[in-house]
Amino acid sequence: MSIETKFGVSPPDGPLDIGRIAFLARIELTTAEAAQLSIELGEVLQHVEQLKQVDVSNVEPTAHAFAVENVWADDEAQAGLPVEDALRNAPAQRSNMIVVPKVVE
Amino acid sequence: MSTALYANTLAELAEQLATGKVSAVELTQAVIDRASTVEDRVKAFNSTQPEDALAQAAASDARRSAGEARGPLDGIPIALKDVIAVKDQPLTASSRMLQNFVSPYDATVTEKLKAAGAVLWGRANCDEFAMGSSTENSSFGATANPYDLTRVPGGSSGGSAAALAAGEAVATLGSDTGGSIRQPAAFCNVVGLKPTYGLVSRYGLAAFASSLDQIGPFARTVEDAAMVLQVIAGHDRRDSTSFRTSIPDYRAALADKKGPWKLGIPKEYFGAGLDPEVAAAIEQAITFYREQGCEIREVSLPHTEHCLSVYYIIATAEASSNLARYDGIRYTHRSAEAKDVVDLYFKSRAEGFGPEVKRRVILGTYVLSSGYYDAYYLRAQKVRTLIRQDFLKAYEEFDAILTPTSPTPAFKFGEKASNPMAMYLSDIYTIGVNLAGLPGISVPAGFTSAGLPVGLQLIGQPYAEADLLAIAHAYDSAHDWRTRQPDL
Repeated sequence: MSIETKFGVSPPDGPLDIGRIAFLARIELTTAEAAQLSIELGEVLQHVEQLKQVDVSNVEPTAHAFAVENVWADDEAQAGLPVEDALRNAPAQRSNMIVVPKVVE
Repeated sequence: MSTALYANTLAELAEQLATGKVSAVELTQAVIDRASTVEDRVKAFNSTQPEDALAQAAASDARRSAGEARGPLDGIPIALKDVIAVKDQPLTASSRMLQNFVSPYDATVTEKLKAAGAVLWGRANCDEFAMGSSTENSSFGATANPYDLTRVPGGSSGGSAAALAAGEAVATLGSDTGGSIRQPAAFCNVVGLKPTYGLVSRYGLAAFASSLDQIGPFARTVEDAAMVLQVIAGHDRRDSTSFRTSIPDYRAALADKKGPWKLGIPKEYFGAGLDPEVAAAIEQAITFYREQGCEIREVSLPHTEHCLSVYYIIATAEASSNLARYDGIRYTHRSAEAKDVVDLYFKSRAEGFGPEVKRRVILGTYVLSSGYYDAYYLRAQKVRTLIRQDFLKAYEEFDAILTPTSPTPAFKFGEKASNPMAMYLSDIYTIGVNLAGLPGISVPAGFTSAGLPVGLQLIGQPYAEADLLAIAHAYDSAHDWRTRQPDL
């Protein structure tokens, strides 16, 4: 079961629908915000169309400017963040746990 | 008129502290007093901790009396951009999302500054989550440019630049993802250094775009910037992209490394859109280096026109992923209106994020979404490779590249706020440096006829900060633009 079905939420239809993207981003937008973002997103996407002119055949993508290599850390026990520090910014907590709205019936 | 204590360079103040001419408490009090005089107009800080700062300063003086001073930064008041964690202090990223957040630990740069004895004071304002070029995107109000209070200080690290220019700190730290240290430095007549990607640990920095973000110093002189970099640079096992390299003596390199250097002038950076007065100031800097015997020639960075497109795809894609952590559950703003847990995500993020953050998260989500990944994100990563190769090819011939930092001087509040593309274009000369992972520095290079500062950008080879700083120091130490203080 997808998370959308499970929680009774389904994504709006439409490939360029700003509502669908906002759904994926988990941000509730007002109608006015969605309309404004739709225009602005369109302008930025129009600008980046120029990248289609660049010949990228046989070009490797760059994810990081410098090669990131795997590094093995020494297997040493270290103190972690104390529970009270980890919880100090929690919006709601009880018995060393973060309280959230009910997720199971 | 003698220079006020708060307006001295870090190097001068380190000397005065070492010789007992001034105490850390006197210096810190002078900075606090200055802030209380100008802060109502400049608004550089989201929060300040004067009592805590004075306690740190007293501890510094006690160390010095005991003969245990920790080096040149001991007792120097330094402010950090409000995206860098300081244990038990607020970290808001200028966002309602983190309005009540208190850092449970220190960033690595914070640890290093504390170990060096610096007096950490003040959380500098910035664009929300470092997304912007004017500091107008802060949820807590804009910072003003000390040189013209009707204009922006640049961004996103505008508070860090303005605080330093206004005498509210002796040095500051910012973060630079597409120019966020160098552009505000240029707008505020201070030095701003964006180090090579991986030289300074990002542990404890609120992430915006992880393959581009880098922490760096703002300072009054290149020498001061070298002194701060010395403390914050170095490998950190807590940042997997942190580079294992030996750290040279940057301050000593300023004197040791002598020109003449070979400097490349990228023709693509001097075209349409460059303000004539900015161009004239940069021409004068070129003339200076030529008179020093440097070999100066034009160079081409042919993919420059694509930097902005590549940047806004990669930076927003990474941001949409990084900012997924702000979910209303664990340590952020939580909506009181939510019906259930999914609704909690939607409403907390709607209430917590400002317009520019929403704009970028939405764009980043789109370019990563199914069916668009190859067309946008993968293609942008490939063009990023070409942009990087342009720079590396130039470095086969040149020691550094010289450009304006920004195409215009500081602009008016609201001038670009309603047009995202116009705002993004103010980073046109700085973003290629982040895409290629290179070090770049902005140095004060004069003023326009309206009295607005102009910045000179020098772009160095990877991990060659010692050379870059020496090249920048040659210009900076021969000019006195920094002595033209803002009239506040």
